Formats: sequence, structure tokens, C-alpha cells
Amino acid sequence: MDVLLKEYLPVVVFLGVAFAISCAAVIASLIAAWQKPDTEKLSSYECGFEPFDDARRPFDVRFYLVSILFIIFDLEVAFLFPWAISLADIGTFGFWSMMLFLAILTIGFIYEWKKGALEWE
Amino acid sequence: MTIQEIAFYIFSSVAIIASLMVVSARNPVHSVLFLIVVFFNAAGLFLLAGAEFLALILLIVYVGAVAVLFLFVVMMMDINFATIRQGFVRYFPFAGLVGLILLAEIIFAITSIPDVGGRATLGGVAHPIPDPQQVSNAHALGRILYTDYFYVFQLAGIVLLVAMIGAIVLTLRERPGSKHQNIGRQSYRSSSDTLQLIQDKPSGQGVHNG
Repeated sequence: MDVLLKEYLPVVVFLGVAFAISCAAVIASLIAAWQKPDTEKLSSYECGFEPFDDARRPFDVRFYLVSILFIIFDLEVAFLFPWAISLADIGTFGFWSMMLFLAILTIGFIYEWKKGALEWE
Repeated sequence: MTIQEIAFYIFSSVAIIASLMVVSARNPVHSVLFLIVVFFNAAGLFLLAGAEFLALILLIVYVGAVAVLFLFVVMMMDINFATIRQGFVRYFPFAGLVGLILLAEIIFAITSIPDVGGRATLGGVAHPIPDPQQVSNAHALGRILYTDYFYVFQLAGIVLLVAMIGAIVLTLRERPGSKHQNIGRQSYRSSSDTLQLIQDKPSGQGVHNG
């Protein structure tokens, strides 16, 4: 077997255990619990009164903004990993290449900071 | 059958079933959750192909960030399940056309990959893939990405900058009613601006204010 894949054997074991436990939880509650559903039991409980509305209602667009800013900086960090490992091989040019990349993104970071996109109000 | 083949068939069949569920689930939130299952299985397939860096980046970026964004978008739309089904027949030709174009692109990409020394490389690039037993994935990527592909790399940075500024321009708007806290102003307030000492008089005369 591949050496690379052998290192991932604990992950596979972990996934198997997680799958077994989650299946056991669902099946055991199906078997062991007393199942006698009616409409009142199955309806959603909202502090004693009838539910007003569906839970699916539009919410603030700023969550979207925070999320997309998070993705962008997540990708920036993803680019940093291979750079950090191979810095000894790529020399000065590789170093400054990444610095230019970071500078471009820092322009965006300063822009969003000054615009107040990071503030929640 | 080796253990890799068993894992490959599990990952790929679960990925196909989950991606069928993505397009057929009634609730869009369930669609996004099935999409996360597809991402996980794709990461497993990448791992089997030896691309461990790509597999883990897929988990970090797609499951950790993009799926969350999709959930936000799905929840932000005011979804009415009756009206979402209405335009199916009307939109079907256009959607089918887009699907066919994507299928053609995938077939074109697969058939145009030359087989170099038993390893598939995209477009016969100048860099042969190093042996994964000696050079780790991320290391091999780092050796060429920042120097040989300098312009593409900087272009990626500019695309990210455009995405950042675009998102801010599109979604950020002033809220005139909200009350800001200006920490600088708050810190520079002195007690003489607001604090007033009232000398107490003997009882029975009341408090003279001001």
C-alpha cells in the first residue's frame, strides 16, 4: 500500500468510528424509544403559542459580507502554506512575489477597514 | 480488489448519489448539506490520487468557507417552495443547454490531457510531476507557483482584491438610524464636561440646581 495513504489510516478509522456512533444513536433511539407520534407532539413548540411564521426568512446582507471577506482571507492563508514550506528553494524572487501578493490584498484590507465593513454597528 | 479501489468506489458512488440529491432535494438547505457531502468525497478522491494538499484545501476552503456562504445565500433568499417549482418547464431548455455546454467542456478537458510517463498532466506542462514519495505535494506546488507562475499568482491576488471590493461596494450601506460608539471620543471625554458638583445645603432648604 502507498506510504502516503498509510498515513491516513487513522483518519479512516476515525471516520468509521464516527459513522458507527452516529448510526447507533439514530437506530437505538428508533428501537428503544416509545414511538407514538401525534400532530401536537410533532408540531414545533414556540413558548406555548402557535408558531408565527416559517423559520425561513431573509436576514441581513452583512452576514454575506462577513462570509465572503472570510473566504478571501482564507484563500490568502491557503496560498501561504506552500510558500512557507518551499521558501528555501524559491529564493528572493519567491519571497518578494508573495510580498507583492500580500500587498495587493492589504490594499483591500485597508479599504474595508476604512469603509467600516468590519464594524457591526 | 485493493483497499484503494474499495475506497475509490465508496467515495465516487457516494459523491454521485449526493450530487444527484443536490439537484433533486426539495429543500435548498438540504441541497447545500448534500453539496458538503460531495465536497468531502471529492477530497477523499483527491487524497486517493495523491493530491493531499488539494484535498485538505478543498476541506478548508470549500467546506469551511464556501459552503457557509452558500448556506447564507440560501437562507437570505425568501424561499417559497411552491413558487420555486413553477418555472421548471420554462427554464428547462436554457438549463439543459448550460448543462450540455459544461458536459462538452468536461469531455474536451479529459480527452485533451496527454499521458506523460504514466501520469496525466494538464496540457503537457513544462514541469514534470515529482515523485510524491520524495517531495510532498505542497512543497512541489510551492516550488513553481510563486516564481514560474508569477503573473498568474499575482492575477489571483488581483481577482481576490476585486472580489473583496465588489462585495463591500454591493452590500455595505450606511444605516443612518444606528448609534455608533466612537471609542476615541469616549476616551477623550473629561469629567469637567459632564460632571457637576452640587454643594449640599442644610436640610429643609431643598437643592438649588445649576
